[in-house]
Amino acid sequence: MNTVVLLAVTGLGLAALYFLVASGLSLIFGLMGVLNFAHGAFLTVGAYGTWWAAENLPGAGASGWGFVLAVVFGVAVGTLVAALIELLLIRPLYERHIEQVLVTVGLSLAMVALVRAVWGADPRPFPRPDWTRRTTSLLGANVPNDRFLLIGSAVVVLVAVLAFLRFTRFGLIIRAGVENRTMVTALGIDVRKAFTLVFALGGAFAALAGALGGIYLGSISPGQGTSLLIFAFIVVVIGGMSSITGAAVAAVLVGLVQQFANYYAASGVGDLSVVLLLAVVLLARPGGLTARLA
Amino acid sequence: MSGTPRGSEPEGAVSGQGREHRSEERARSGAPRGSEPERAVHGAGAPLLRMSDVHVRLSGSHILQGVDLTVRRGGVTALLGRNGAGKTTTVKAVLGLVPSTGVVEFTGEDGRTQRLSGRRTHEIVRRGIGYAPEDREVFGGLTVEENLALAERPDSAHHHDRVYELFPELKKRSRQLAGTLSGGQQQMVAIARLLLNDNQLLLIDEPTKGLAPLLVAEVADVLARAAEEVTILLVEQNLSVVHRMAVEAAVVEQGRVVWTGSAPELLADADRTRELLGVATSGSAHA
Repeated sequence: MNTVVLLAVTGLGLAALYFLVASGLSLIFGLMGVLNFAHGAFLTVGAYGTWWAAENLPGAGASGWGFVLAVVFGVAVGTLVAALIELLLIRPLYERHIEQVLVTVGLSLAMVALVRAVWGADPRPFPRPDWTRRTTSLLGANVPNDRFLLIGSAVVVLVAVLAFLRFTRFGLIIRAGVENRTMVTALGIDVRKAFTLVFALGGAFAALAGALGGIYLGSISPGQGTSLLIFAFIVVVIGGMSSITGAAVAAVLVGLVQQFANYYAASGVGDLSVVLLLAVVLLARPGGLTARLA
Repeated sequence: MSGTPRGSEPEGAVSGQGREHRSEERARSGAPRGSEPERAVHGAGAPLLRMSDVHVRLSGSHILQGVDLTVRRGGVTALLGRNGAGKTTTVKAVLGLVPSTGVVEFTGEDGRTQRLSGRRTHEIVRRGIGYAPEDREVFGGLTVEENLALAERPDSAHHHDRVYELFPELKKRSRQLAGTLSGGQQQMVAIARLLLNDNQLLLIDEPTKGLAPLLVAEVADVLARAAEEVTILLVEQNLSVVHRMAVEAAVVEQGRVVWTGSAPELLADADRTRELLGVATSGSAHA
């Protein structure tokens, strides 16, 4: 029982990371039709931004409010980088999907190379607040506190995004744009502002995932974003290409399947199980668990 | 017959339609044509939209091959033609929804003429041009209320009361997802989006397509009322609707405007209608 609880909470923690990356990917693809292979780079920027701020930014640090400030800095840098990429590189290439893929793939490679050139290829220990190093007893299992932080953050982001989509005009534009972008412009709406906003939001969530991933894994490395991105894409496809709630459900499925398969079968089987899950879902429901934006 | 077939233009004429309208302007400066429905809009008869030598090429096909068209302020101008003639593409070219060459100009209420060609769609719409596409294209995942809220333009007053007065059914169903509405109700939403804002020109593409006869009459009623306040360029296959509403007509054939003139006179001429549209009207204008 202890093991099951620990695996479940750890799987949910991993799911939280996947969701944070996948939610942005899902919104960007749903609204803009852009398969953003550079999304993992936002995660890397967020992770290294947080790490750098914790060590160098006045007022920031490895614990307490100092760490919160470091995370805010990392997320802000990730958001800014995402918005700039949209404005400077993606916007000129709307409706040119092959060029967009080439640019985003190139960006992801370039970003990893840049980080490697500046801070080296070796993993760097990530600042972890004391509370996240401790454990909490849950149903007899000693669960590391960082899992709760990850899950709580993802739930807050999920609720905030759903409320944003449901209750704001930008949310209305995004929901409509996912259905029919052309008709949104034919109503006199400059949909490009929504594009930039969605890209920036996606960058913010991925950057947050970078900071939380650093806590979860205990270290950061230049290629971390790329490896997480693969699973985030799987989550997006399983959930339905433009559904936030679909991404949340799929992230939970993928995280749990991965954890349990790795433990009860053999290390590495978890990744294979996720691919099998993807195949099963696509065979049963080609549009994913839900094909519409929640 | 006041219409002008393009084929009969003398060589070197810039535009038979333009030539005809110039003569009409002269006529209007003297006395309005008694046979036309009375135009209620101030400045009626002045050019509102002009398209000159507009070409559209899509996927290697030359869809519009030099469209020349003038829409005058007030009333309804019907854009007619056989299937695939280029009517919908003409409307889309006005809005910049398809890449085009040529000149599209819009003269606002202030008398200033602005070039629309090369502008983005949302900029064109904000000049007071509303659009209801052929397949309604309401947002099925949004409620009726949200569809209308989305259509609210910051540059305009929003006439929810007017819309709900015209379509009381929509008020009853304001919380219903538009995707679950019937075709007729979806058409109401599409038209309501247009009437919500203060527009100068409405581009309406086949509003009665696929509707039951009762709904066709209801939609035609609403459009006729709207036409008392705003100019409409109407793409329509149902000639009884055209007969009821349209003041002027332009016939598109193979990507060109081949005839323009009085809509009632066109529809009264069975031979001409058969020749241009491939349907017989027998004077009663039923498609």
